Amino acid sequence: MVFKKTFLMIAAFVASFFTVALAAAQAQVPGLHYAKPGQLGFMEPASPIMEETVWFHDILLWGCILITIFVMLIMLYIMIKFNAKANPVPSKTTHNTLLEVVWTVVPVLILVGIAIPSFRQLYNQDVIPEADVTVKAIGNQWYWSYEYPDHPDIVFDANILSDEAAKAAGHPRLLGTDERVVVPVNKVIRLQATANDVIHAWTIPAFGAKIDAVPGVLNETWFKATKEGLYYGQCSELCGINHGFMPIMVEVVSQAKYEAWLIEAAERFASNDAPRGTQFAAAQSLTE
Amino acid sequence: MSYGEHAEGHDDHHNPTGWRRWLLSTNHKDIGTLYLIFAIVSGLIGGIFSGLMRAELMYPGMEFLPMLKGGDVTAAYHYFNVLITAHGLIMVFFMVMPALIGGFGNWFVPIMIGAPDMAFPRMNNISFWLLPVALGLLVLSTMFEGPPGQTGVGGGWTVYAPLSTSGQPGPAMDLAIFSLHVAGASSILGAINFICTIFNMRAPGMTLHKMPLFVWSVLVTVFLLLLALPVLAGAITMLLTDRNFGTAFFDASGGGDPRLYQHLFWFFGHPEVYILILPGFGIISHVVSTFSNKPIFGYLGMAYAMVAIGVVGFIVWAHHMFTVGMDVDTKAYFTAATMVIAVPTGIKIFSWLGTMWGGSIRFETPMLFALGMIFLFTIGGVTGVVLANAGVDTSMHDTYYVVAHFHYTMSMGALFSIYAGWYYWIGKMSGKPYPQLLSKLHFWFTFIGVNMIFFPQHFLGLAGMPRRIPDYPDAYAQWNFWSSVGYAVMAVGLVCFLIGMFVTLRSKQRVGNNQWGEAATTLEWTLSSPPPFHQFNELPRIK
Repeated sequence: MVFKKTFLMIAAFVASFFTVALAAAQAQVPGLHYAKPGQLGFMEPASPIMEETVWFHDILLWGCILITIFVMLIMLYIMIKFNAKANPVPSKTTHNTLLEVVWTVVPVLILVGIAIPSFRQLYNQDVIPEADVTVKAIGNQWYWSYEYPDHPDIVFDANILSDEAAKAAGHPRLLGTDERVVVPVNKVIRLQATANDVIHAWTIPAFGAKIDAVPGVLNETWFKATKEGLYYGQCSELCGINHGFMPIMVEVVSQAKYEAWLIEAAERFASNDAPRGTQFAAAQSLTE
Repeated sequence: MSYGEHAEGHDDHHNPTGWRRWLLSTNHKDIGTLYLIFAIVSGLIGGIFSGLMRAELMYPGMEFLPMLKGGDVTAAYHYFNVLITAHGLIMVFFMVMPALIGGFGNWFVPIMIGAPDMAFPRMNNISFWLLPVALGLLVLSTMFEGPPGQTGVGGGWTVYAPLSTSGQPGPAMDLAIFSLHVAGASSILGAINFICTIFNMRAPGMTLHKMPLFVWSVLVTVFLLLLALPVLAGAITMLLTDRNFGTAFFDASGGGDPRLYQHLFWFFGHPEVYILILPGFGIISHVVSTFSNKPIFGYLGMAYAMVAIGVVGFIVWAHHMFTVGMDVDTKAYFTAATMVIAVPTGIKIFSWLGTMWGGSIRFETPMLFALGMIFLFTIGGVTGVVLANAGVDTSMHDTYYVVAHFHYTMSMGALFSIYAGWYYWIGKMSGKPYPQLLSKLHFWFTFIGVNMIFFPQHFLGLAGMPRRIPDYPDAYAQWNFWSSVGYAVMAVGLVCFLIGMFVTLRSKQRVGNNQWGEAATTLEWTLSSPPPFHQFNELPRIK
């Protein structure tokens, strides 16, 4: 049983490298944005921030590869040229000031070169432009609650779907939720995050957005989704027993569809508890 | 000296035997041996835990751990969290630190500086014996309730509040915190002992700038320990009072902030990772120099690079927290400070290459591990520079990319250094040679295995797979599968290591004073193998 599975796994893996047909079969349902089987790099970016992240990471990656290959080549050269057989009499050199200055200064220059685009990307990512839509994600053990502060009636929980339900609904296993966040395409979405019990983290990898949901703290990040479709993410801070099973699902739709959803959602979720902010205000007015 | 008259009756040093020799030991070599045995035992426990994790993660779906938990999937989810927590704590506090600082440090720091023993031999004894107590408390924690209805601590080795306070109200967490307290006390006592030994007991002529690099590395390490561990002790004490005495340091509803815990933890935690790797740097320097048949290249640069790593290591902690919602300027600072560490680390890598350059290299097993360490640590280093960038780290944070990065530095950096030190010194410590073939098999299986385990985890992390999850979306199946296969390869290497250890200890052959030839210049090679119970009754003079 296990051996059969192991064999199938190896076969599928080898095949996925060498056959185009299988790769095509594994291609995702259009509009679903998540990792592909055997994927090597980032998910396909779907926001300007993630595009910049991918661009900058690719530069860093080439730097990493070049430095690693450089060190590897020197090591190979040393092992071939300076082994006991090839070089029976070792040199006694223990200093070379110029060399030592060079291998201190060159890394400094490389790091300065990295720092410039790094800071630009960081500030682009972290300084939130004026938002069109605000969504509040509240982490709970172990599901996300969402509120649309501009639409007080829209407040709902998003629970993970069972494997069967996810399959029936066309979601990847462990990633589908019963309710989803809906946002308009090409609009700046401000994502606020907090939590009720322990720390969670909200993320959609394709947007390059990740923010911890800390109890008692209101954190903010933002994204601008550039492609319509369904996006998936998973809780990214260890939060207890079902940490692996509180996925995040965002549907990016056209402005018209978003507006239609707002009306539909306000009706559907009206019976849910009011947002905590409103509850708090109500409680306050009672005590006054 | 008031000891003078007393010492006269002690011309013949009595050597205790049996359990007294070990339990009541005040001899740095015996205590070092105890530390090494302890580290091997803990390493096996931690290694078995990672094996259980890889077995579960080999295929998508919960199959393996529920079998151990009688089919209870929720218990299996929690058990996975217990495993990651225990694996982290055991490998950090009960494997790498005891092996490098307690084991090799105790054995060779006094010998290398020409001292008869450590400054405080009895404190040395309690430093060691606190550790089994700490490990015992951690083991005990697995039998008590953590979160309601489950046993054991499942908060990760970082035990972030509030998951470690209101999230796991049971006594398991209190026991784990107490375990860390005891392990921390052990390390602080050890650190004081090393500092006093190195500053006060160097043989005549052994100036700081003549000290072997391993001693330098331990000196920097124990300073980090002395400064960092009290902060951890404070943080986890605050956890205890938050849990049991109604304080609210980390509870927002009482005016605290959960992020304060993370700052305190990582103020300890980041120096801690340098505590794990710096003694390894020292060992690698000796091994590279010995087997290249050349003195160290750029000795002073090497020593002060370690000092620089130690100093800068204290001001970069929040790069572990780039997604907790810090100010953007703070993130920019921690990005810049973190990248600075790449410079002294680069100096170390290049100086090792410079030491080998022009050398006459013998590929003995310690050298194989040293070469492996230098190359793999380079990979861990460059991915560290990637992670240092706060903007990119947003996408990497809490994914397998981080797991891959720190295992390249720790599991390949620190562990390969331990293995290099083991084969370098086992002849000196036991007086017996290690088996050639088994030790080389050990290297090759380990080298291939760990790369198979951890290299694919870079891909998983980039593709977005979160850390610390027992089951994952099917898209991650392939690389998880190969990662688990890699574990099996590494396990074969581990078996070679263990068999090799027994073969060594049962060997009838003996090695001479200096097994490695003229480039092994430090003082341990002037002594017999194994060294006498008390060495340097007459202090050596260093020219």
